[in-house]
Amino acid sequence: MAITKFQTPMFEDVNVGDYLPELVKYPDNRQLVMYAGASQDFVAIHYDLNVAKEAGHPNVIIHGALKSAWLGELVTGWIGPEGRLLELDVSYRAIDFPGDTATCVGKVIDARIEDGVGLVEIEIGLRNPEGAISTPGRALASLPTRSAT
Amino acid sequence: MTTSVSPDDTVISEELRSFIDLESNAVTYEIERHAVERFACAIGDTNPFYTNKPYPEPFAHILDGGSKYRYNEPVRVGDQITVVRKITDLFEKDGRMGTMLFKISEISYTNQEGRLVATQTTTTITYGTGAKDSGVGNH
Repeated sequence: MAITKFQTPMFEDVNVGDYLPELVKYPDNRQLVMYAGASQDFVAIHYDLNVAKEAGHPNVIIHGALKSAWLGELVTGWIGPEGRLLELDVSYRAIDFPGDTATCVGKVIDARIEDGVGLVEIEIGLRNPEGAISTPGRALASLPTRSAT
Repeated sequence: MTTSVSPDDTVISEELRSFIDLESNAVTYEIERHAVERFACAIGDTNPFYTNKPYPEPFAHILDGGSKYRYNEPVRVGDQITVVRKITDLFEKDGRMGTMLFKISEISYTNQEGRLVATQTTTTITYGTGAKDSGVGNH
């Protein structure tokens, strides 16, 4: 089913197996510097090529928490203003580099009602240009139900 | 001394000249404590912001391993959020980079009404020797 961004889907309209609209990011060094300033994460491996090479990487690497933020954006963009993000788990299994396209993907893996609240569990991940998921995770979000409105 | 250019050669068009004396839109900024702290840090002003016990990090390089976030209630503009971080576990693993030190930290976010609005459990991995990344100890 097609779900438009920034419109909250009703819980009853979401099915296990639904895919979230992909969120595609084109990170560059400038974005990493902006993120460093905004997050106050000044670990040099994210902006100093010499430091990154000393640590064994071919290029500066994307902040893990920036990847988390993109995955959060993927989910909050889909659940819209009336949904609520409750849990976000992310694991930085592999590093990602500026210059590479980063595609955030998500799939609904569970939908249930708990205490009258519609909950959806979503498998999320950041896909690199080789098609591998460098950053797997999961999210739990609440959605409005028709019975509650 | 400016050199006079013949009127035929000038790059200053009438449109460009119309910008003389044109004021920008007025922008009002709220002087916010954290922005002032960030600026002081950026220019290298000595200040007592980091008064925590120094963490004796043994390794030079750092990787963020991942986080689990739990959001109990929304945070809104104007809220005052108090952040407390503590290390809950330290363990080692041997990997392709040699010995890696895993540090598990729990971070709590409490609002001005004393309600715990979010928690974060994070894994930080350090490894290797050599020149220490200046950000490593603060993580």
